[in-house]
Amino acid sequence: MRLEHIALHNLRRRKGRAVFLLAGLMIGVATVVTLLSLSETLQQRAMHELENYGANIIITPQTDQLALNYGGVQLGGVNLIEQEIPQAQLAAIDDIPNRRNVAAIAPKVLGVASVAEQRVLLMGVDPKVEFGLKKWWSVEGHSLQESDDLVAGRVAAERLGLGVGDRVAVNGREFTVAGLLAETGSQDDQLLIVPLSTAQQVLGKPGMVSLIEIAALCHDCPVEDMVNQLSQALPGTEVQAVQQVVKTRMHALAQFEIFAWGVAATVIVIGALLVFVTMMGSIRERTREIGVFRAIGYRRSHVLRLVLLEAGAVSALAGVCGYLIGVGATLGALPLLVDGHAMWHWNPMLAVAAVASAVAVGLCAALQPALRASRLEPSEALRAL
Amino acid sequence: MSLIKITGLTRNFVNGADCVAALQQVDLAVAEGSFLGVMGPSGSGKSTLLSVLGGLCRPTAGRVEIDGIDLYGLAGERQADFRREFLGFIFQAHNLVPYLNALENAMLPLAVARLSAAEKRRRAVAVLERVGLQHRMLHLPQQLSGGEQERVAIARALVNEPPLLLADEPTGSLDSATSRQVMELLEELHREGQTIVMVTHNPENVPWFDRTVSLRDGRIVEDTGPVKTELSRVV
Repeated sequence: MRLEHIALHNLRRRKGRAVFLLAGLMIGVATVVTLLSLSETLQQRAMHELENYGANIIITPQTDQLALNYGGVQLGGVNLIEQEIPQAQLAAIDDIPNRRNVAAIAPKVLGVASVAEQRVLLMGVDPKVEFGLKKWWSVEGHSLQESDDLVAGRVAAERLGLGVGDRVAVNGREFTVAGLLAETGSQDDQLLIVPLSTAQQVLGKPGMVSLIEIAALCHDCPVEDMVNQLSQALPGTEVQAVQQVVKTRMHALAQFEIFAWGVAATVIVIGALLVFVTMMGSIRERTREIGVFRAIGYRRSHVLRLVLLEAGAVSALAGVCGYLIGVGATLGALPLLVDGHAMWHWNPMLAVAAVASAVAVGLCAALQPALRASRLEPSEALRAL
Repeated sequence: MSLIKITGLTRNFVNGADCVAALQQVDLAVAEGSFLGVMGPSGSGKSTLLSVLGGLCRPTAGRVEIDGIDLYGLAGERQADFRREFLGFIFQAHNLVPYLNALENAMLPLAVARLSAAEKRRRAVAVLERVGLQHRMLHLPQQLSGGEQERVAIARALVNEPPLLLADEPTGSLDSATSRQVMELLEELHREGQTIVMVTHNPENVPWFDRTVSLRDGRIVEDTGPVKTELSRVV
């Protein structure tokens, strides 16, 4: 028999108290784990979205003109830039130092085309990259698969009376309407979209692109640095970071993380108080027993260890159970918080931290009661003697 | 040779403005192998004397030597070590740990000893057999009778093989038949050379002692010296 044996027996005997302590700490740990897991998973998901779907750098031909439109309202006649970027220049992007942070390069060519004597904005894209990047595009029919496929924006389709499967001539070239974009509420509704190389031919801009959108990994990359690198790699272009979107999302996630840590800290303090009060009660209840231990020759350090062993054992169990419940709660809550699929990744550090912090909180909170127990004079504890 | 040597022992209890002298200038020497009975009415200081002897209650003045060691001259935790190695306590209310069975209770002082689990168990089993409880080893205290609980308490006091056994009213809560069994057990231990100091207010226990001191108002008023004979033991 060792001190551990006595500690475990005492916990088994005082089941109600042990379960209360366990439940209190467990709920605390579970709450902390849930919030931190959610925060981490949502951040990872946001990063994933930014990396894969959201363009955050736009490269346009350099111009001395000021933009004459704002919020979709055009003022003045010049709204389509005459200059283009040679498509061959795109290869230079591969040479920038932060190339590994470039997740997708989406070049496009823009031009005005005629359809049934109406002027319409035609956009040529790399179908695979573009439709991957514009996750919010919902296509009725299918996206661009053949070189003469065409996807029409909702407004353009209505104006031109296009339906899926229709044949339509653009600048005299026949296309099949492969799909219609669901309304996006943006300029995309006005477009006719065709494969890049076809659009270059139809618009008479072979080997040229009007605009390049780049999705950069923004979690740890310096966007400003990438803008500078791209500017140097692509002379004669203007490179702009769409930082507003990124910063807004990052700010929202940072706020959630602060909130999560705030709640975690509060829960930890409450858990510590719970352990403290419970252990103090336990010590008062066991005064006589501790007196016996001291009388038969237990050192103060033995009594201290005995109390801390009990607190440590309950806290460790609470840490493990709390972590598992927290993970379960995270998996349950994710579908409610996130549209679509959000992957939860097992983070061993969080598991270790949950158990370690539960034990640390339990031990710290039990330290004062344990010291009090160890300082009990046997003669005072054993009044009958 | 004296195992216990007490000189000028005084213990005062201060309660607010009141000061109660529980022991006053007590001198006492107890030879090794003695079975000393400490008698006296309630409040005479006999339990305080036992507490002081057990290193549980620091005297206001005086000196307590056990086996030549100045008990209250021991620093810090050495006093706890001394209690564990030199003293065995038998408490009046048994004071068994309720969630440990008889075997575990008997083993309690060994929980902090540097012995193997097998050796701890061997010793605890041996003392429980010694007190006749080999068939009740796995029972919890509440499943034992008063006499059996007292015997577990004696086993716990003996498990470390201490040179000195201190007993506080071990028969106080027992019926006469059970009291006699407990006294016979203590007497047997005494015959084997165990030094025992037992506090009691029951005069029926006197014949078991080979020496009796009586306390009144914190002073020794009578000391029979080692006078017990085989005849005096007949109850």
